[in-house]
Amino acid sequence: MTSVISVSHLGKRYGRTVAVEDVSLEVFEGEIFGLIGPNGAGKTTTMECIEGNRVADRGKISVLGLDPRRDANALRQRIGVQHQEAQLQKRIKVWEAVDLWGSLYPRVVDADTLLVQLGLEAKRDAWFMTLSGGQKQRLFIALALIHEPEVVFLDELTTGLDPQARRAIWALVTGIRAKGTTVFLTTHLMEEAERLCDRVAIIEHGCIIELGTPAELVQRHCPERTVVFTSDDEDIAERMASLGVIEQNGVAYTIRGAGDDFVTGVINVIAREGIRVRGFRTEIPTLEDVFLKLTGHGIRD
Amino acid sequence: MASRVLRGFWKLTWLETKIFAREPMGFVGTLLVPLLIFVVLGRAFGMNRPMTAPTAAMPFNVAILAVIFIAISAVQSLVAIISIYREGGILKRLRSTPLSPVTIMGAQVVVKLMFTVISLVLLMLAGRRLFPDVMHVNVFSFTAAVVLSTFSILSLGFVLASLVPTARFAQPISAAVLYPMLALSGLFYPVNRFPPALRWFAYLFPTTHAVSLLQGVWNGSGWGAHWGNVAALLVLFGAYTALSTRVFRWE
Repeated sequence: MTSVISVSHLGKRYGRTVAVEDVSLEVFEGEIFGLIGPNGAGKTTTMECIEGNRVADRGKISVLGLDPRRDANALRQRIGVQHQEAQLQKRIKVWEAVDLWGSLYPRVVDADTLLVQLGLEAKRDAWFMTLSGGQKQRLFIALALIHEPEVVFLDELTTGLDPQARRAIWALVTGIRAKGTTVFLTTHLMEEAERLCDRVAIIEHGCIIELGTPAELVQRHCPERTVVFTSDDEDIAERMASLGVIEQNGVAYTIRGAGDDFVTGVINVIAREGIRVRGFRTEIPTLEDVFLKLTGHGIRD
Repeated sequence: MASRVLRGFWKLTWLETKIFAREPMGFVGTLLVPLLIFVVLGRAFGMNRPMTAPTAAMPFNVAILAVIFIAISAVQSLVAIISIYREGGILKRLRSTPLSPVTIMGAQVVVKLMFTVISLVLLMLAGRRLFPDVMHVNVFSFTAAVVLSTFSILSLGFVLASLVPTARFAQPISAAVLYPMLALSGLFYPVNRFPPALRWFAYLFPTTHAVSLLQGVWNGSGWGAHWGNVAALLVLFGAYTALSTRVFRWE
């Protein structure tokens, strides 16, 4: 795997406020890497230092083999960025923005094709201020992609969007990766990280506290699995005793265990015993539970 | 360096021109308010009646007041645009493209200067028609003096734009600096009759030198007699630009 972004011991403070304490991470070619954490954890500052839009106090950063500060101009040709809660001129038209951005790079994709891909072709002549939140974000994605960058930085891309618009954006981001482009994103939405990211780093108070694939993190920190099923059969607890303690609440039974094989194990016992099951569901921890466990608080607190 | 500054410059300038023209209030403020001042005050002071020495009979030169208003509204508009762009993250977004910071700001200055010239042309046309007896000024010389003055006053606009915390404060802060500056400019009361401390304070503002230059050109004394004003406008431009590059905030 080729390393595209390499950060070691990044630190940044604003006056007396420490924004980033100590961040080290590595992003590989062609992956979607997510920096996740609550607001104020240092996500945006970290990202902006990597993009070269902010000067770090200490630490070493390398993006595509370039130093984001020293080689800022060369790097801007090869990366695409989208800032958190960014705006454009209220009365700029969609095509005008794409046209301006397209004129700034030596090699660009066809603007009309890009607008079609992002579902903005009907909004070509619309003023920026008349676009919906989802359309604005899609325009920013278009501007970040116009010069076929090797790495795309997306900061809180779907914050403030309704679920439908959010899903549309997710599909676009997965599409970017499918073309081989590396994606570095920040989010405070655990569902988004879980759906999109190949690997995530959890950041809290300016430090990376955990890093890995979403599945790895869940496996490592929250291996518990729960099966809940309903059945009118008799003697369920005795017949399934091999699985350990079974809680009974009327006709509902709850069995707790750990590991990926646990649910399969429960299904096998149910099948072997010929238990007639009316309802069946599993409770599998998510990244949200991992976050809660690692930090002791929810991400939105 | 030059190619980097020029990359996207004309496209951005043209785009900002179109965007400004789409803004109804900016248009009215820049083009119509100075014209209105000129026409209303000109009539009130009897510029439309034939006189032997028309401008001498007026308490101050209405045409120069209108012209200074053109420059001031350009500065106010610049400060407003920059503060809105900063607040909305537009400056930040433009800055993370290959556009150079000089290009981003230079485009705004060129747009302002263009509208200054358009405004001035409207004013001259109105003057020729309504006050034919007093409009004897050399058009090219006067236009050059107005553009140089506006250019210099705009550099103060960048300093103001750095001081403005949010877009809401753009108008009051600009007004708090620009209107006293106008009062001290020497247009209403000669600067050389100010107490010395106030006189030197007035010299720190480009408007004071602009008014002196414009009065000279209006009265036909020519640029040669006003090289000091030209130098002062350039020096103040350099000083304010240098100050603004130190204190300017992009976000």
